[in-house]
Amino acid sequence: MLSLILKRLGIGVITVLAVSVIIFFGTKILPGDAAQIRLGQEATEANIAALRERLGLDKSYAEQYLTWLRNFVRGDLGVSLSGDAPITSLIANRYENTLYVAVLTAMIGVPISLALGIAAAMFPGSYYDRILTFVSVSLVAAPEFFTATVLVLLMVFVLGIGNAVVVGSVEGKGFFELIAHFALPITTLCFVIASQLIRMSRAAVLNVMSSPYIEMAILKGVPRRRIILRHALLNAIGPIVNVIALNLAYLVTGVVVVEVYFGYPGLATLIVQAVQTRDYVLIQALGMIFCLTYVLLMLVADVAAITSNPRLRHPK
Amino acid sequence: MSIPAHHEHYVAPFDEGVSFDELPDAPPSQAYWPTVTGWVGITITSFWLLVAVFGSWLAPYGENDLPFPDDYSEFQKPKEGAALGTDVEDRDVLSRIMFGAGRTIGISFAATVLAYFVGVVLGIGAAVSGPKVDMVLSRINDAFLSLPTIMLGLVVVAAVGSSFPVLILTAGLIYASVVYRLSRAIGMEIMVMDYVEAARVRGEGRWWIITREIWPNARMPLITDFGLRLIYVILFISSLSFLGLGVQPPQADWGSMVRENLGALQYGDSKLAVIAPALAIATLTVSINLIVDDVSAHGGGKLSKRM
Repeated sequence: MLSLILKRLGIGVITVLAVSVIIFFGTKILPGDAAQIRLGQEATEANIAALRERLGLDKSYAEQYLTWLRNFVRGDLGVSLSGDAPITSLIANRYENTLYVAVLTAMIGVPISLALGIAAAMFPGSYYDRILTFVSVSLVAAPEFFTATVLVLLMVFVLGIGNAVVVGSVEGKGFFELIAHFALPITTLCFVIASQLIRMSRAAVLNVMSSPYIEMAILKGVPRRRIILRHALLNAIGPIVNVIALNLAYLVTGVVVVEVYFGYPGLATLIVQAVQTRDYVLIQALGMIFCLTYVLLMLVADVAAITSNPRLRHPK
Repeated sequence: MSIPAHHEHYVAPFDEGVSFDELPDAPPSQAYWPTVTGWVGITITSFWLLVAVFGSWLAPYGENDLPFPDDYSEFQKPKEGAALGTDVEDRDVLSRIMFGAGRTIGISFAATVLAYFVGVVLGIGAAVSGPKVDMVLSRINDAFLSLPTIMLGLVVVAAVGSSFPVLILTAGLIYASVVYRLSRAIGMEIMVMDYVEAARVRGEGRWWIITREIWPNARMPLITDFGLRLIYVILFISSLSFLGLGVQPPQADWGSMVRENLGALQYGDSKLAVIAPALAIATLTVSINLIVDDVSAHGGGKLSKRM
């Protein structure tokens, strides 16, 4: 098992390197020269050449890539094109917003959806199960901004709360104050991950339910609740952890849309701005951060699948 | 996604005159008749398809026309001459929805077809071509699959700008990697079946095996997945447009309409300018999903019936 996990980790490292190559060279084909953009139109040839040398732009692409990668690993993300501010300080004010929303969504959304999904697996075919399945089938396909719009309208028209935009800073807020602060984005994202999680956790439990040893337990006369909680659930933990990690990875996309929708400053709004202004240094840094998070969560999903499945632990 | 159980017993009719029903493991009859939810999905999807095709002719105004040139207030409530009110620039929301339908659905459909063409050809190709080709293709594919789709989209749009061909190519190639993985898995599963072995022993060529053995068995799961993939592509294109990186103004597109009119939620008289396009996307994707769910339930996917 250890060698399998190590192998998976190795693939993870290779993937990250491949991702860094795609991001670095993908943004390199952008028109424009960093030195030219930063100094503006009136810069002299000599000034541009000097800055190019200082930024290392006169070196070959391969050398530039290696320097960039080394600096990234050390935590030096470079300097944004639009100003002289280092990217690390640009991010410092914003990463909290993104992180809080993602973490709080996971903390609230995951347990609720799992409970709903497993409950549906306990009573398959019941009205509860059918309604839940129908709702999650509908929600899974709805875009984030539709869910967000419905929530905002509910707030404005039903609850009579006027302001639907997230404003203010998170400084010095406690746990529940944070939840209240980000109530709308968190609820939107909870709906987004819930629909997938409910379906997949239900399917994972039902999948185990169709295996022979469960049939044996049914024939033996074990009560259904006991079968689900003691026999099926333990074996479904692996697939369920896998499902959780996959869904948190989907959050990466959800976070981008939700941040723009509710208009609060986070990493996602920053990368969208960077794309609009073609600030490729910023795109590279933020792209790597988002992709690393994603790859890491995928890795967790795979390792969870490996450790929980004896057949994967001992491949033939 | 796994192949429904009865596909494993699908036997090519090797003997003229022997009908399926006489074979011991005959598959259940394949005739599909939608259930109620299936019909709901089909109705709404067909409605939007009609709007997509004929919308730009039937629209009461051009997409950038002003229905009330004398009245410059934005987000006007629905009234005579503008059934869904007006948007942030005082244009008719209904007309823009009708123009946007063709763009949103057209781009997504083209991208999904491209994704399927590339993905299925390479996936089935990898399944029949032996381990070396498979290794190379799969490793390249894994690198793309390990990136969040929206980030890939952002990088591409940043690099080459946003236009219809770029959107179609980007979405098509991104989702081709998912289709590749699926069709390769299905192809691999079929390649180890006895009937493929038998065909090989008979001396059939690779092309024969692909068209006569693999395709008939891979067809149903792939067609079902096409609907699912179309949903994800619509959501992807709409999200890009919503972020301001997809279809560019002043051209109407459902995702960018939501973006343009977000202000309506805060201070608009009529909030329909933002509700209508969001609802349009949601009804379209949800109704396609209802069809997909209905078809796959028919294929034996309904686990709840087992207990």
